[in-house]
Amino acid sequence: METPEPPSLLAAGPKPLVKIFGVGTAGLALLEAAHTPEFAGSDFIAINTDSPAASSAKVKIHLESKLLRGLGSGGDAERGRALAEEQFSTLKAACENANVVFILAGLGGGAGSGISPILAKAAREAGALVLAFVTLPFDCEGNRREQQAQQSLAQLRAVADGVICLPGQKIFKLIDENTPVVETFRVTAGLLHEGLRGVWQLLTRPGLIQVHFSDVCALVRDRHAESAFAFVETSGPGRAREAVEKILAHPLLDEGRALAESDAVLVSLTAGKDLTMAEIGRVMDQVKRQCAHAQIIMGAAVDSALKDKLCVTVIAAKQGVAAAHVAPRSEARATPLSLPGHREPALSRSRGPRKASKAIQTQLPLNIVSKGRFDKSEPTKHNGEDLDVPTFLRRGIPLN
Amino acid sequence: MFDDSNIIAGLEIGTHKICVVVGEQNAEGTLNIIGLGQARSRGVRKGEIIDPQQAEEDLRAAVYEAEQMADVEIRSVYLGVSGSHIRGFNNRGVHPVVSADREISEDDVQDVVKNAMAVNLPAENARIHSVRQRFSVDGQDGVTNPVGMLGARLEVDMHVIHGHANRLQNAIRLVRGTQLEVDEIVFTGIASSLALLTNDQKELGALVVDMGGGTTEFVVHYDGVIRHSGVLAVGGDHVANDLAYGLKVPLSRAEKLKIEHGSALVTEAAKGQTISITNELGLELKRVNVEHLQRIMSLRLEELFQLIARDVEQAGLTDYLRAGVFLCGGGSRVPDLNRLAENIFQMNVTAGHAGALSGLATTLDQPEFAAAIGLVKYGSLKNRKRAPRNLFSPQAIKGAFGRFMQRS
Repeated sequence: METPEPPSLLAAGPKPLVKIFGVGTAGLALLEAAHTPEFAGSDFIAINTDSPAASSAKVKIHLESKLLRGLGSGGDAERGRALAEEQFSTLKAACENANVVFILAGLGGGAGSGISPILAKAAREAGALVLAFVTLPFDCEGNRREQQAQQSLAQLRAVADGVICLPGQKIFKLIDENTPVVETFRVTAGLLHEGLRGVWQLLTRPGLIQVHFSDVCALVRDRHAESAFAFVETSGPGRAREAVEKILAHPLLDEGRALAESDAVLVSLTAGKDLTMAEIGRVMDQVKRQCAHAQIIMGAAVDSALKDKLCVTVIAAKQGVAAAHVAPRSEARATPLSLPGHREPALSRSRGPRKASKAIQTQLPLNIVSKGRFDKSEPTKHNGEDLDVPTFLRRGIPLN
Repeated sequence: MFDDSNIIAGLEIGTHKICVVVGEQNAEGTLNIIGLGQARSRGVRKGEIIDPQQAEEDLRAAVYEAEQMADVEIRSVYLGVSGSHIRGFNNRGVHPVVSADREISEDDVQDVVKNAMAVNLPAENARIHSVRQRFSVDGQDGVTNPVGMLGARLEVDMHVIHGHANRLQNAIRLVRGTQLEVDEIVFTGIASSLALLTNDQKELGALVVDMGGGTTEFVVHYDGVIRHSGVLAVGGDHVANDLAYGLKVPLSRAEKLKIEHGSALVTEAAKGQTISITNELGLELKRVNVEHLQRIMSLRLEELFQLIARDVEQAGLTDYLRAGVFLCGGGSRVPDLNRLAENIFQMNVTAGHAGALSGLATTLDQPEFAAAIGLVKYGSLKNRKRAPRNLFSPQAIKGAFGRFMQRS
């Protein structure tokens, strides 16, 4: 690294040892998509209840027990979970020595939903920082999968340092109606891959303005489920302006609305050696204007391989919905955020998610505020705020 | 037929009502309001037409009423336009004085105005107004008429108001569809400020806020010229919609509650008060907390004023509003609105009166007619500027005949 780095949690070596786990069938597919030269130097580990033989990952863990009779978890998260707990030591051993563990999974099925939280717990106990990239099922996949996914997401939030999730439904906005299914999944994988790469770049590229992994964790941890992220890449003379435009139009950020609603935003810029302060300023100005209320963490890095490209990664953490996440919250307060050395003993931690899984009721999705008579008309936007939505709702003023 | 060119009609196609005001200008140029027609507007949302057929029907009704009352035939109207697409900004034009003696001529003035009007508008936008502010000669500001002065460099500030051409055209087409001519389109905010403000107040500096059903327009006058203008597509409809959502009542009921129990501030009397909503048989359907009702309204109106206050502040004009703030439009009927506005603007707030005109004084002195009255006044000012026409010039006859053919 070019800049001297203060002693930090990543001080173990110039490059942190990163392990990328793919969990479940969807997770394996995502892992395959991430298997690019960019991530060379990190370990790829595939975990599944079916045989992960098809994966090109270096290490394959096949969770199996008599219970399953070789048939996989059958879409039941409890089975996946029981199995993972049974094999806890194996998982922990797999995470040994890692500084950072990424978990890629598609929630909703048996393996992904069941194993991911346990894996996250194992990884934390092994001393790694855990960041999960997960997808949520499409609406059409039915209630049960949705519930399983939500439940698993809550558990995952409680144990992982950070969860970035990509609701499948949002993908629809990105793709054309006639897109074939295969293509849809490829897009999903591509998006998560972009997010992963964005975080990866934060961690590994020499930073002019350094963003630490703990910053990332502080941001995404223990927030609302949908920590939205966007990754844009532009080039050419007007690249800063173009990048801002792309961010503000990004469907994963709800065309910029997610920024306005978020209370913490992380922005990371990576570009070639010709990155100017003015460009950083231009991007940050616009982002700041969009999210006046948010805490903003920004980082900038130089990567000569990018030449004249400018990559901007934005992670926006929305305000949490207090009541729904009481259990994970209290758990989070009990564990210090960043330093692995300060971890609490495993016993007290391991009880947390268990309790959480019982306490959490099935919840209705937070429905979007109906705009009444303005539903069909052109929205009145003012500095990113939709003025058609009642003021008392936007300001969060309770009646009573 | 030839002598009714002194009839001036102002038409405002609003979100809540369509309003036609007819004025008569006598030979000395004084204006008399002689008729008024209005109809409930059903084809307009947020100041823009969404259902032309419905709007046309309502427009015909309003025009008919006004014609009946004034006992004249309306041929052409000054049309008020509004909508969130309308924007205003200031632009400066520069022109070097090239004549040998450095005396500024009429031509120089025309050139500098032309330069100031050459603004970069988006391709789909059209200019509605360009209002001349003050000239500046060699850096000396505040010159009202530079003709005859000496100088090398003449500058002028213009306030340009522009809007989306197609959307403006929609309103014009609608009016033309009823065989009425459109004399000119006028930004509603400017019309309201014409009706409300006296020349002294314009000189002192005043902010006029026209709170309509779907949009709120605001215009800042200072030093006798228009300095700033803007539109927010938030109005009385939003208040009713908020109530409908917050109190979980139907929109029509919310509209009624707004009128009967609304307030811009939460009143002491409302604390803990409830009102029951009954159906047509007198059976109680629901109880509504008046405090909640007023709080929802208060928050919305407060936000609206805050947005305007911020906008005016950003334009750097807050300290120039020495005559204060003037409110008009149907939305300004909300009780306690003046006090709320005073809290936010921190200056004197007056419910505006269209007092500058003679005629049907008492019936017309309503805040919601301000814009339409202002349109008539705008027309009268335009007429006065126009040179007296020769009634029997070939052109005038041709024009009148053409109109006659069109009408019949």
